[in-house]
Amino acid sequence: MSASQLVTQLKRGLDAPICLTWELTYACNLQCVHCLSSSGQRDDRELSTQQAFAVLDELRDLQVFYINIGGGEPMIRRDFFDIIEYSIAHDIGVKFSTNGAFIDEKNAQRLAAMDYLDIQISLDGIDALTNDPVRGEGSYNIARRAMDNLKAANFGPFKISVVVTRHNVDQLDEFKALADSYGAQLRITRLRPSGRGVDSWNDLHPTNEQQVQIYNWLLAHGENVLTGDSFFHLNALGEALPGLNMCGAGRVVCLIDPIGDVYACPFVLHDQFKAGNVHDTGGFTSVWRDSELFTSLREPESAGACASCGNYDSCQGGCMAAKFFTGLPLDGPDPECVLGHGADLLEARQASPVSITPKPSKDHSKPARSALSVVS
Amino acid sequence: MTLTLSSACALHPQVALRPEPFGALAYHYGNRRLVFLKHPDVVRVVRELGDHPSIGHTLRACGIATERDASFLQALNQLTKSEILRVC
Repeated sequence: MSASQLVTQLKRGLDAPICLTWELTYACNLQCVHCLSSSGQRDDRELSTQQAFAVLDELRDLQVFYINIGGGEPMIRRDFFDIIEYSIAHDIGVKFSTNGAFIDEKNAQRLAAMDYLDIQISLDGIDALTNDPVRGEGSYNIARRAMDNLKAANFGPFKISVVVTRHNVDQLDEFKALADSYGAQLRITRLRPSGRGVDSWNDLHPTNEQQVQIYNWLLAHGENVLTGDSFFHLNALGEALPGLNMCGAGRVVCLIDPIGDVYACPFVLHDQFKAGNVHDTGGFTSVWRDSELFTSLREPESAGACASCGNYDSCQGGCMAAKFFTGLPLDGPDPECVLGHGADLLEARQASPVSITPKPSKDHSKPARSALSVVS
Repeated sequence: MTLTLSSACALHPQVALRPEPFGALAYHYGNRRLVFLKHPDVVRVVRELGDHPSIGHTLRACGIATERDASFLQALNQLTKSEILRVC
């Protein structure tokens, strides 16, 4: 079977996801301007420890090999260690994303003592000056302290996860050097206009010139840098980047949110892409196998407006979430189409007096702080 | 090292296989590698390797025609590199 035949098979969906993202909580100590899940405050309906265990039992029966845990800040949950220890004890490896605030010396040692655990620390600038305007004041130092603690505890190769923006794209070599200095692995991913990113994407997303820069950098670094296969829209520039060249939403990946809602991928927290809830009859398994949404995502897609472009096989029309949250049709070019087809559409949309961009269905952001405090 | 028909190998103890329509997914809990086994015959052979004294014996026991030996050896070599299999 060739690689493209495999991709065809994967697009029809598997009996269980290859990997699954699970946001454990909407609570977060930070308020990143591009937060995919618009996190901040805890949701009262958050799954309990026992409910979380039940989901893990199901995932073990489905032979999901590993899960990506995120949030919010997952370590905020008091039962965080209970949940990841339960998962690992049931043969589900864990990779979790964190801003590092709760990785003190003691927790670093506890994490280092566990098997089948990966940690991904988010950092969006090589210095506080670049990082903190996006991730919040003090967040650079928080992340670096967590990295220092993991190194001191001999955790081994953790991951440094960078969302590439127009402000940090020139720092890729420095990020790589920083990761090397910790014996860590660098992971870079694509900025999506999802969650609070709906409002910040315009100011943060890389320019067309910078997209070429990212592509060339990734080609030069090959499989030494992880990407979550998130840059396949760049493949229209020529040689394919390493990884599966396809959108996995609802086919090989999905997302469970803190209250148990199941979405097609971590970047589309919107009712239109909600397939069901883990509390539904038949549980997660039925949602994955039988939901109307996931069934439709596994049907052959149409190239739509991209059909006349010779590069559709390379870029697959890009990312569904990027199109949706910029208000572009799903069967057309990605807003960051490297051939400029998306930019033209975006411009036309923005010029239109009636353009409405979809907003995420849930917003757990903390109330904006007022510059004035009222003292009574 | 390169495997031959007389080599003995087995599924790595940290590897789990999950059946799929195209064959199986193999996941190595140690190095976190995910590998696609893209043919049901490969999955059958990989599962049985540990039960036979050599690769040759396994291929015959699984009813694989001798003309396919070379392609199987190539596939098994690759799986050894990614540590899905270990040489005994």
